[in-house]
Amino acid sequence: MTGRTAIVSGMRSTAIEVSGLRKAFGDKTVLDGIDLEVATGTIFSLLGPNGAGKTTTVNVLSTLLTADSGTVRVAGHDVRTDPRAARSAIGVTGQFAAVDELLTGQENLELMADLRRADHRVVAGLLARFDLTEAARTSVATYSGGMRRKLDLAMTLIGDPRIIFLDEPTTGLDPRSRRTMWDIIRELVAGGVTIFLTTQYLDEADQLADRIAVLDQGRLVAEGTSAELKRRIPGAHVRLRFAGVRELDDAARILPGATRDDDDLSLAVPGDGGTESLRDLLNQLHDHRVEAAEFSVRTPDLDDVFLALTGRPNSEVVAK
Amino acid sequence: MSLGDSAIMLRRNYKHTVRNPVSVFNGVLLPVIIMLMFVYMLGDAFSVGVDYVDYATPGLILLAVCYGLGSTATAVNADMTKGIINRFKVMDVSRGAVLTGHVAASMFTNLVAVAAIIGTAFALGFRPAADFAQWLGVLGVIVLLSFAATWLTVALGLAAKSPESAGMAAVPLVMLPFFSSAIVPADKMGPGVRQFAEYQPFTPIIETMRGLFAGTPHTGDTVTAIAWCVGIALVGYLWAIRTFNKRA
Repeated sequence: MTGRTAIVSGMRSTAIEVSGLRKAFGDKTVLDGIDLEVATGTIFSLLGPNGAGKTTTVNVLSTLLTADSGTVRVAGHDVRTDPRAARSAIGVTGQFAAVDELLTGQENLELMADLRRADHRVVAGLLARFDLTEAARTSVATYSGGMRRKLDLAMTLIGDPRIIFLDEPTTGLDPRSRRTMWDIIRELVAGGVTIFLTTQYLDEADQLADRIAVLDQGRLVAEGTSAELKRRIPGAHVRLRFAGVRELDDAARILPGATRDDDDLSLAVPGDGGTESLRDLLNQLHDHRVEAAEFSVRTPDLDDVFLALTGRPNSEVVAK
Repeated sequence: MSLGDSAIMLRRNYKHTVRNPVSVFNGVLLPVIIMLMFVYMLGDAFSVGVDYVDYATPGLILLAVCYGLGSTATAVNADMTKGIINRFKVMDVSRGAVLTGHVAASMFTNLVAVAAIIGTAFALGFRPAADFAQWLGVLGVIVLLSFAATWLTVALGLAAKSPESAGMAAVPLVMLPFFSSAIVPADKMGPGVRQFAEYQPFTPIIETMRGLFAGTPHTGDTVTAIAWCVGIALVGYLWAIRTFNKRA
């Protein structure tokens, strides 16, 4: 990466810098030349389906795997030549909760505090912050998935890492636990922490990230802010299906912006997904006495992003 | 740094052991039950030339060491396959500390089990002729055996694909004492098994302890036993380190 300078008035503005990163397992190329840059104190999201190379990227950036080529600097330290310095600045919460099931929640945190040579007093605060105080003295084996993820993240926070890697932190969580996780992530960033987040949910990246990179088969196919990416992908639309060709013709006449699908007898009407535009649309149909047999609202998801950015539905299909 | 990490890891592994009823049962209670079965229930049926409890105690000590190892293999493998090893690596925990913790906790379980066996033996009429130095010799053999067998088990646990297959990989260690002079003298066994029992590593180790307990140590057996232990320890250690570096 060129362009922005790494040092601005004595402060490091770049937390993570990756250029030309390649990694293959045997003859299978997993990362095929990744370049990216994450500014300090921001959330960067790596968005992609299963098998795109998200976890491999996190593993290389967090010193768990060595790249075949390219350079990775984390907190200013080259992960290849100075992994210890890089490790001292980071925390990682992987896709599968790395907690000790035979210990209690409190003991897990105390174990981390011991290994970080930190005071045990931080433990009570973290338990309270992650709403785990009540379960602190019970074995982690009895914890729910959401509690494990929270404990995992709490363990990562011991020692105050300035850069945190979160590999699919909400995959498999129920909506409420997911919201809690999002709130925690926002709090961390408010405290000046840099977050590198991978996800396969477009709305998660949209909600949290300052910048989003889309990873597909080991390559970044797009990078930018959420707004920049949305301009490149189809927006929300309402899909109307009609009983016959006559109704479809009538509706197409009164809704000139819609895309028509004759095989399916349906119309896709672009909109912002809000209730007002929906009411307008339904009123228009009503005023012209056109009746739709079926009605659904579609918001863009990862599949739409991939279709728009790569021209293919989803790389998972190709990978199989 | 590394010593501190090892102590922290040992505390963790120790908590695992005492909280896992299966590992406590297999490692400590089961050998005692087997001892009661063979010595108290069946002992009179074996004619081995000496009081059966005196004959069987050294073999059951070895068996107690082996029975404690099944859960070690499973625990080592669980660390590798359940993701916590990555956390330790990112935290820059000394890599040796993770394994040292397992080895020390496993040896601790072994020593508790051996103490339970010796205690039970005395209750059943065990009357060794060993003097203090010979008792120290027995302790030395037990520690060496436990160290060697534990490193081999750690290697087996690291090499296995899953905790379940790691548990299976330790099964030969549990079976092998029965094909040695632990329960009956090798020369009472059928052909084939007899030769196997005479030349497998556990027999000279058991015979060394038997000699020490009887107050008449055999130099030949002792040298063979030490050589086997050092060999097993070396193979286990090198294999474990190699597998650990490859996987972790």
